[in-house]
Amino acid sequence: MISGWGNYPRTGARLSAFCSLAELRTLLAGDTPLIGRGLGRSYGDSALAPTLLSTACWNRLRSFDADSGLLVGEAGVSLDDIIRVFMPRGWFPPVTPGTRFVTLGGALASDVHGKNHHCDGAFSAHVAWCRLMLADGSIVRCSAQENPELFRATVGGMGLTGIILEVALRLRRIESAWIRQHTRRLPDLSSVMQAFEEANDASYSVAWIDCLQQGGSLGRSVLMTGEHAPATAIAGLGQPRAPRALGVPCNLPGWTLNGLSVRAFNALYYRRAPRERTELADIYRFFYPLDAIHHWNRIYGRRGFVQYQLVLPPEQGRAGLPAILEAVAAAGQGCFLAVLKRMGPAGAGYLGFPREGWTLAMDFPARPGTFRLLDRLDRMVLECGGRLYLTKDARMPREVFEAGYPELDKFLAVKREVDPHNRFASLQSQRLGLT
Amino acid sequence: MTASSTDPGHVLILGGTSEIALAIAAALARRGYGLILAGRDADALQREAADLEIRHGVSVTTASFDALEPATHPAFWQSLNPAPAGVVCAVGLLGDHGVARTDFNHARQLLDTNLVGCISVLDQAALAFEQRGEGFIIGISSVAGDRGRASNYYYGAAKAGFTAYLSGLRNHFASNASRVRVITVKPGFVATRMTADHDTPALLTAQPEQTARDILRALDGRRDVIYSRWYWRWIMLIIRLLPEPVFKRTRL
Ligand SMILES: Cc1cc2nc3c(=O)[nH]c(=O)nc-3n(C[C@H](O)[C@H](O)[C@H](O)COP(=O)(O)OP(=O)(O)OC[C@H]3O[C@@H](n4cnc5c(N)ncnc54)[C@H](O)[C@@H]3O)c2cc1C
Ligand SMILES: NC(=O)c1ccc[n+]([C@@H]2O[C@H](COP(=O)([O-])OP(=O)(O)OC[C@H]3O[C@@H](n4cnc5c(N)ncnc54)[C@H](OP(=O)(O)O)[C@@H]3O)[C@@H](O)[C@H]2O)c1
Repeated sequence: MISGWGNYPRTGARLSAFCSLAELRTLLAGDTPLIGRGLGRSYGDSALAPTLLSTACWNRLRSFDADSGLLVGEAGVSLDDIIRVFMPRGWFPPVTPGTRFVTLGGALASDVHGKNHHCDGAFSAHVAWCRLMLADGSIVRCSAQENPELFRATVGGMGLTGIILEVALRLRRIESAWIRQHTRRLPDLSSVMQAFEEANDASYSVAWIDCLQQGGSLGRSVLMTGEHAPATAIAGLGQPRAPRALGVPCNLPGWTLNGLSVRAFNALYYRRAPRERTELADIYRFFYPLDAIHHWNRIYGRRGFVQYQLVLPPEQGRAGLPAILEAVAAAGQGCFLAVLKRMGPAGAGYLGFPREGWTLAMDFPARPGTFRLLDRLDRMVLECGGRLYLTKDARMPREVFEAGYPELDKFLAVKREVDPHNRFASLQSQRLGLT
Repeated sequence: MTASSTDPGHVLILGGTSEIALAIAAALARRGYGLILAGRDADALQREAADLEIRHGVSVTTASFDALEPATHPAFWQSLNPAPAGVVCAVGLLGDHGVARTDFNHARQLLDTNLVGCISVLDQAALAFEQRGEGFIIGISSVAGDRGRASNYYYGAAKAGFTAYLSGLRNHFASNASRVRVITVKPGFVATRMTADHDTPALLTAQPEQTARDILRALDGRRDVIYSRWYWRWIMLIIRLLPEPVFKRTRL
């Protein structure tokens, strides 16, 4: 049995790692539905299918131009790998999600965003080109200029156009491995939204919201902004070591995350956060706090959890976000923390998630009450003209998907051209009719 | 790379696409050794060379080498530039024992790959290192060579021969008081392509990186023959001590 990061849903699947193009072609020649699989950090069912084409062996670096920072890597190269090799040489991924254990292929297929989306856009904005193996075994290179429709269908396309083979990524020059981090406590939602607008020229920004608060303290949060620290600011600090991760050895019993323990945790977290402070944090602490605990997903127990990530347009967000947070707090379905971020304009992908506005991400244990609540939240999101992120999704109804993605038709036109027999299909794509 | 007093030189890796070999190559590159990856699949070697070069910033080249063509080995060795300071031989073929029992061509292929081809190329290395007065030869044999078993006795016979060859070569250099080292490596189970289709016991199966670490430790120290992981020394001691009337009835 295999699953995404949320451990929900689980399904039987054959995991086939290919080590050469010839092996990959042989796998494509079968007839069970296939989908690419990187490190399985997508939460739901996007990387689930009867046969999973794993890039675990397809993870070599192909070339690096030390003048421009252009790195060509195979799809299975992880951001962790890139950081270990290139950070000491003064380079960093231009966009990174909240975990460094994602592959280049997965990052491009989901067109991931980071804490710098409002300044730098999503991952694909930094990709010079990629190469893709299509269902018929042919290899095509695409970019914003070369085969642009295929590129736009592939970035954010959840692996449905083919197997991404190589990605040419422009790394960012950094002077140090440290971030000058600014932390602020904010008492409610409107003040944190206001603070985001004021921090619009910060390179990185994100807020953690305590979801158990209601009424006057609805949206109580901690806002973190950051800048790469210049070499002159880190005298003597040098290269940080990747922290040795602690682990959660097995699924924890269901009661671990009850309302009481979580309430205590959140109160502690908020109080421990400084009212306002600036300090140097190494990149591991700033970007990847959750990576410090391996398999933290197991705290939700055997039944797993779902993540719900939405984005709302800026104006609608003002009214929509409080309503949504209110509904979540009132429902008491065990979501205790939400991540809020201001997003910049949409990118190239037809099915790309980011768009100008506010994005909110929340985890819920997978149980019936959660699914009923999420159905209600879906309606609120659609009323605000928003949408949900495919890479986090395990349950969105087809209508909700179709209403949220206006360029779906363009995606499907490419899909039908390059994959007429639907060789590439995930549980998610079948659920959503992406054929 | 420019030669300097601290440049440790290049190491030739025979079987440059082997997963154990690549783990050793990475460990050597981290110490600044340049590398020459030799083997049959030019594209695959090129892919590994680029990766090693970018990750470790050392020079990595490739060379075409087929263990089954011993006649080409002298010219192959002469063509290596720069001349290697050491050699790792990771060439190996487990093959299909069932086929080998009925088709002698396959049995011979196992002997030619695991024994004859390795001897032929390492003879070139031995001559060159003897002339230079220094160098190292790391030969990857196997625990399978310690005692013949029903499930793989062609492979086992070849590895037993290879172990004996390495032992003799070491004896030759030591009695000449030369500074050429010969290290015999006997891995147990390692999780690589070679064993991917076999069910190996998880507890006794090493990762290629662990095997590489054991080998580098031998290179740093003075050990001549190592088992990797260490517990195989004791497992094989017991297996070798079993009296034949008992051993012949086992199904190991
Ligand atoms: C703790 C945590 C924090 C996260 N934070 C963020 C965040 O801040 N922003 C964000 O955007 N995302 C975030 N994510 C989600 C994560 O970045 C994405 O799900 C990413 O796609 C996972 O990459 P992966 O290599 O694990 O791919 P998988 O999960 O294995 O696959 C994801 C998708 O990519 C496809 N795919 C993978 N490899 C290939 C390939 N070679 N060719 C074609 N298709 C392929 C799969 O089919 C699937 O549709 C987070 C996830 C976790 C667990
Ligand atoms: N894995 C184990 O459990 C295990 C246990 C004990 C000992 N060993 C030994 O460890 C060594 C490395 O094996 P591995 O596990 O890393 O397996 P592997 O990946 O299959 O490596 C075997 C290597 O031998 C090469 N080779 C085979 N025939 C050749 C020929 N005629 N000419 C040139 N090269 C040839 C292969 O190259 P191609 O790519 O061209 O095929 C490959 O590089 C072998 O000597 C093996 O016997 C392995």
